[in-house]
Amino acid sequence: MAAEKKYITDIGPPHYREMVHPVLLKNYGKWRYHEYVAPGVIKHVSMNGEEVYMVRAAVPKIVSVYFVKELCDVADKYSDGYVKFTSRHNVEFIVTDKKKLDGLLKELKDRGWPVGGTGRSLKAIIHTQGWVHCHTAIIDAPGLAKALYDDLYEYFARDDLPGKLKIAVACCLNMCGAVHCSDLAFVGMHRKPPVVNDDIVSRLCEIPTLVASCPTAAIRPAPEKKSVIVNEERCMYCGNCYTVCPGMFIHNPKYDCLSMWVGGNAVAGGPPEFSRLAIPYLPNNPPRWPEAVQAARRVIEVWIKHAKKGERIGDWIKRIGWERFFTLTEIPFTDKHIDDFTFSLPTFRTTTLFKWK
Amino acid sequence: MSETPLLDELEKGPWPSFVKEMKRMADVKPYAKNVLLQLERSYREKVTHWKHGGIVGVRGYGGGVIGRYSDLPPEVMPTPEVHTLRVAQPAGWFYSTKALRKLCDVWEKYGTGFINLHGSTGDIILLGAPTGNLQPCFEELISIGFDLGGSGGDVRTLSCCGGPAFCQWSCIDTLDMYHELTMELQDEIHRPRFPYKFKIKISGCPNDCVAALARADLAIIGTWRDSIKIDQEAIKEYARQGVNISGVAARCPPQALEWDGKELRVIPEDCTRCMRCLGALPKAILPGDERGVSILLGGKATILQGAFLGWVIVPFMKADKPYTEVKDLIRRILDWWDENARTRERIGELVYRVGMRTFLKAVGLPPVPQMVYLPRANPYYFWSPEELEEVK
Repeated sequence: MAAEKKYITDIGPPHYREMVHPVLLKNYGKWRYHEYVAPGVIKHVSMNGEEVYMVRAAVPKIVSVYFVKELCDVADKYSDGYVKFTSRHNVEFIVTDKKKLDGLLKELKDRGWPVGGTGRSLKAIIHTQGWVHCHTAIIDAPGLAKALYDDLYEYFARDDLPGKLKIAVACCLNMCGAVHCSDLAFVGMHRKPPVVNDDIVSRLCEIPTLVASCPTAAIRPAPEKKSVIVNEERCMYCGNCYTVCPGMFIHNPKYDCLSMWVGGNAVAGGPPEFSRLAIPYLPNNPPRWPEAVQAARRVIEVWIKHAKKGERIGDWIKRIGWERFFTLTEIPFTDKHIDDFTFSLPTFRTTTLFKWK
Repeated sequence: MSETPLLDELEKGPWPSFVKEMKRMADVKPYAKNVLLQLERSYREKVTHWKHGGIVGVRGYGGGVIGRYSDLPPEVMPTPEVHTLRVAQPAGWFYSTKALRKLCDVWEKYGTGFINLHGSTGDIILLGAPTGNLQPCFEELISIGFDLGGSGGDVRTLSCCGGPAFCQWSCIDTLDMYHELTMELQDEIHRPRFPYKFKIKISGCPNDCVAALARADLAIIGTWRDSIKIDQEAIKEYARQGVNISGVAARCPPQALEWDGKELRVIPEDCTRCMRCLGALPKAILPGDERGVSILLGGKATILQGAFLGWVIVPFMKADKPYTEVKDLIRRILDWWDENARTRERIGELVYRVGMRTFLKAVGLPPVPQMVYLPRANPYYFWSPEELEEVK
C-alpha cells in the first residue's frame, strides 16, 4: 500500500522575515525618522542614514488575480519584488533607489492607480463586502465606496485638508470594519421588523439563542409552534436575529436605507470617540447613491471651510458644539438623533450652557 | 446590450473600479460571470441574493471558510455554491511578489479569481469557490505556505501594524509578536469552540495604526514607561528652519513640555504619551527606552449592547520574546470568557455584565487608577466574604 501523503494543517501565515523587503529587515528596529515628501510618498531614514521611500497607492479592495499580478509586476520593477499593504488596505511600494521614484510615480499615474492618502488627506475608505458576498448586506459597500471615491477623488491626492479624513462604509449593523469610530461613515439600515418564518425557525434555529440575540428583548418564545413572536413596537431592526437565524427574514428593499455618521476617531493623541448620527435616512440608491455622496460632500465642505488646521471632523464639532454643526450643515435634527438605547444618559445636556444655533 | 447596465455605471469615474476587476475574471471564467450577473441583479432589486450561512469547511478545521449559497433558482444562477476562504495574512501585510503570484495561481485554479485585499479583520479574502474545490484549494494553499484564518466562535486572525520594519515609533516587535501569538493560538483560530468571536490586534505605539482599541477584544499597544527622548540639536535645527516649537509645546495636551527658546524640556511624569510632539517633530523626539505594552479589553462594534471602546486592563507589561506574560494573560482571559459568557457574548459585554471587580479577580490583575477616567459616583459596591473575615 502506498504511503498516504501526510495531511498538513496549522502552519500559520508565511513568516514575515521572508516577506519583508531586505533593506527594511536590515534596518529593522533601527529607524530614526520619517517625513512626508509629497502626497503619497513617505521617506523613512534609519539610524545609519539609509533612506527608503514608501509610495502609497490606492487599489479597489476587490480585485482580480490579474490585478494582483500587475501589482507584482510593478513591485518587481521598482521595489525589488516586495510590496506591502497598509492597515487601510492601500498598497505601498518600497523604493530603495531614489532614482526609481519618478518612474514609479509615472507608472502608477499611467495605470490610473491614485497616489496619496498620507498626512491630512482622505484616507482609503474602509468598507465591507456587500452584495458580492454577504447575506446580511443591506447596501453594497464596494459600490458606495467607489461612488464616494470618484466624487472625493481630489482629497486623496492632496494633504492640505484641516485634518485626516477617514471614511468607512458598512453594509449592515454588524459593521465589519470600525465604522463606529470614523470621521464620516455610512451604515445600511433596515426600517421594518423581521418577518418570522415559523417553519424555518422551528427546524433550524435555537430558540434561546434567538431570544437572547435581541438587544431590546423584542423576541419572545412561542412554544406552541416551536417558534418566536416579535413585539414589533420594541424592534429597532438591527437584524441581529437574522444573523443567528435564517427564519427571521428582515431584508425589505422598499424600506431599507442608509444612515450617515460623523465625528468619530480611533486614534490616540486624544481619547477615541464614537461616530455620531448625522442623517438617519438616505435612500439606498444604487448604482451610485447620489444622495449619500452629496451628503458626504456637504459635511466635508463645511468642515474644510470652518475647521482650524489640525482639526479632524470630530475635533471641529467638539469645538463649535453639535448645535452649531446642525446649523452649519443644515442637516435637520430629529428624534432619531436623541439616543434611547443602553448608554444614552451621558449624552443628554445637563446644563443650561449651550449655543442657540 | 450590456448584461450589467447598472454595474457598468461603476466602471466610470477616476477611481479604480472593482467592477472592471470582476469583469476581467468574468470574461474568462463562466463561474465568475455567474457571480457578476447575480450582483447586477442585486443592484436592480436592491437586495442581496445570498442565503443564510451553510456549513462547509476543510478537513480538520471548523473555521476559515464562510459557506455561501445563492437564493436564486438554478436556471438563473447555475452555480449556487460560492464559498469564501479567509487566508491568514503575513504579519503587517508584507509580501514578496513570489508568494503573491503563487497565491494568485492557486486561486485562479480553484475559485472565481476575485480577491479582497484585505478583509476588515485583516485576512486575504478569496471570494467564491464551489464546495468540491475547497479541500484541494486548501491543501494547495498549505503547499505554498499559506493557511486559513479564523471565522465563527474562535480567535480571529490577528493583525498588527508594520512596526519596526519601517517605523521609528514602534515600542515592540509587532511583526514577531503577531507571528508568535498566531502560532501559539493555531488551534483556537482554526477550531471554533468559544462563545463568539475574539479579536486580537497589535499596534507598535499609542498612535494605534490598526485601531486596536476600537476594533479588538484584546488590544496590545506598544508604549514606554520612562521619558520621551529629545534631541536638542535636532530641536535647534527645527527652530532654525522656522518651526514653531513653542506652538508644539503649547499644544501638548497635559502641558508636559517647556520651551525656553533654546531647549525643549519634558516633565516625564506629566506626559501621557499622546505622541503629538513626536508627530510634529519626528527628527527630534523619540519614544523612551523602557518599553512594553498597554493592554486594553472589550473593543467592538455595535452588536449587541452598543459599540464599546477597549479599556485599560494592564497599563504596562514587558513584552519581550517569547512573550510569555502576554500569552499567559490571553489564556487566562480566554478561559474565563469561555467559562462564563453567554452564547454570542463578547468579552467586553461579559465584563460589563459581571463587573470589572469579578473580571480582575478571576484573571489575577490588580485594580489601578489607570483603568478608569473617574472613580465610582454611586455607593453601590460589594464586599467579598474574604474581605470581611478580617473584622473581629
